[in-house]
Amino acid sequence: MWTFSCPFIAYGDNALEYIAQIQGKKAFIVTDKNIVKLGLAKLVTDQLDAINIKWQIFDEVEPEPSLGTVKKGGLAVGKFQPDWVIGIGGGSCMDAAKAIIILLVRPDLEPDCIIASDTYNFRAKARLMAIPTTSGTGAEATWAIVLTDTKENRKLGLGTTECMPDVAILDPVMVTGMPPLITADTGMDVLTHAIEGYVSTWGTSITDGPGIVATRKAFEYLPKAYKNGGDLEARKEMQNAAILGGMSFGNSMAGLGHSTGHALGAIFHLPHGRTVGLFLPYTMEYLINGAEDTTAKYAEIARYCRIASASSDKECAKALVAKIRSLAKEIGQPLSVKDCGIDNAKYEEAIPGLIDRALNEVMTMTVTRVPGEEDLGKIFRYAYEGKNIDF
Amino acid sequence: MAKFFTQEWGDLYKEAINSNKAYEEAAKTWEGDFYFIMEHGGPIKETAYTYIDLYHGKCRKIELVTDPSKYKPEFTMTAPYSVWKRIATKELDPIKSMITRQAKLSGNMAKIMRYVKAANELTTSTTQVPTEWLD
Repeated sequence: MWTFSCPFIAYGDNALEYIAQIQGKKAFIVTDKNIVKLGLAKLVTDQLDAINIKWQIFDEVEPEPSLGTVKKGGLAVGKFQPDWVIGIGGGSCMDAAKAIIILLVRPDLEPDCIIASDTYNFRAKARLMAIPTTSGTGAEATWAIVLTDTKENRKLGLGTTECMPDVAILDPVMVTGMPPLITADTGMDVLTHAIEGYVSTWGTSITDGPGIVATRKAFEYLPKAYKNGGDLEARKEMQNAAILGGMSFGNSMAGLGHSTGHALGAIFHLPHGRTVGLFLPYTMEYLINGAEDTTAKYAEIARYCRIASASSDKECAKALVAKIRSLAKEIGQPLSVKDCGIDNAKYEEAIPGLIDRALNEVMTMTVTRVPGEEDLGKIFRYAYEGKNIDF
Repeated sequence: MAKFFTQEWGDLYKEAINSNKAYEEAAKTWEGDFYFIMEHGGPIKETAYTYIDLYHGKCRKIELVTDPSKYKPEFTMTAPYSVWKRIATKELDPIKSMITRQAKLSGNMAKIMRYVKAANELTTSTTQVPTEWLD
C-alpha cells in the first residue's frame, strides 16, 4: 500500500477570491514580516474581511523555521482558537503553519515529536490553507514539515499525511513581485523536486505524471520568469510547476540533491532552492555512473523535454545534466559550492558534519545508488570545486 | 532457524546487529531503547513485546517480555504480524510503514530521523536471521 494526496487547488487569475467561499469565523495567519511588509498578507486579510472572518497574524517565521518559532506560534494559535490556519509565504511559512495547526489540538506536544504514524485530528477544530508566494517549494501540496534544530544546525523532516493542506491557492498576484534572485532560487527547487520525484524509488505512475510535466514547464518558463517578473504566463506556469513538483516528490520522496543540499543549507544557512539545485547535477551524475534504472528515467525526462533524442539513455541523461547547468548559469545560480562564497578551509572543516547529515536523510536511502560516507565526502568535495562526478 | 519474535529469534537478531559493522558505525552515538510490539491477530494469539536496548553501536539486550511494565523504553513501534514480516524481509520500508500508518511509532521522531542510516541497518540485520515465519 502507498498513498497519494493533494489539496483542493484554486489557481489562476483572481484565485484569492476563492476565499469568499470558505466557511469559518476566525483565521490564524502564519507568515513572515516581509510578506506583511510587501502587502501580500493584506491581499488575503481583505478577502477575509469581506466575509467577516476575524483574523490574527503571526509573522515571526524565519527563513528556516525553528522548533522555537513553531512553539511560539502554537501558544498564539491556542489563545486565538481559529477555525482556519493559513500559511502565506514560502515553504518556511507553510511548513510552520502545518506544525502550528497540530499544536492547536495538541498544545502539550513538542514539535519534534510530530510523528508520521500519529493521528492528530486537527480538522475537528480547524482547516489548513496554503498560499505560496514563491514558485517554489511545493509545500502547498506536501504533508512534510521541515523544521530546523537551531542547536544542532540540522534540518528535521517531520510531518504526517494529515498535514496536507485542505486548500492551496495559487494566485499570480502573490508571486509577480518576486525579485529575480528569489525567482531563481525557488525555481531551481521546483526543478529538483520534479526530477527527483520522477526518479524516486518510491515513485509510481501516479507521481511520475506531475513530475515530468513540472520539469518541462520549469525548463521553459523559469528563464522567462527570471528575466521578466511581470510575465504573467511565466509566473502562472511556474506556480503550476511548483505545485506539480510538490505533488510528485511529496507523494514519493526527494533524492540525493535534497539530502546533500539540506546539509549544506543547514550548516551554511543558504537558501534551500539554491543548495538543492546546486547539488542536483552532481548527484545526478553520481546516479548515472552507477544506476541504469535511474539513468533510463533521466533519459525519459530528457526526451519528453525535447532536450535530447539520442538512442543511448546515458547520452540523454548527460544531456539533461548539461541542460540543468546551462539553466542555472542563465539564471545566475551557483554552479559550485565555491561560487556560493564559502571559504574552502571552513568547508573542509564542515565535511564530517555535511556527511553525517546527508547520510541520515531518508532521501539518501531511497535512491538507486546509495552513497556511503566516502562517496558522500567525494560528492561534497567535487561540488565545491565544480568538478563533474567521475566515480 | 528460529520462530519470528521469539526469544531465540531475538538472540540471533542481537548477534546479527552486533556483527553489522555498518550499523555499529552509523549508531556509534545512539543511546535509546525500544519495545517492538506485535499486536495480536492472525497467527498471534497475544500481543508480544520485545525489548531492545541499543547503545553506542551495539545491541546490549533483546528480551521477549510477558509483562510490558517491566521496561519503560524511550520508543515503541507497534504493528501487526503481517506488517512486521514485510518490514523484516525488506518488502516494506519502515518509514513508509509509519507514513501509511501500518506501523505506529511513539517517541521523539526527530531523534530517530538523526539516525536514519542506523535504522536502515537494523532492518538489514533482520534479513540476516534465519527465520521461521508464523504463517
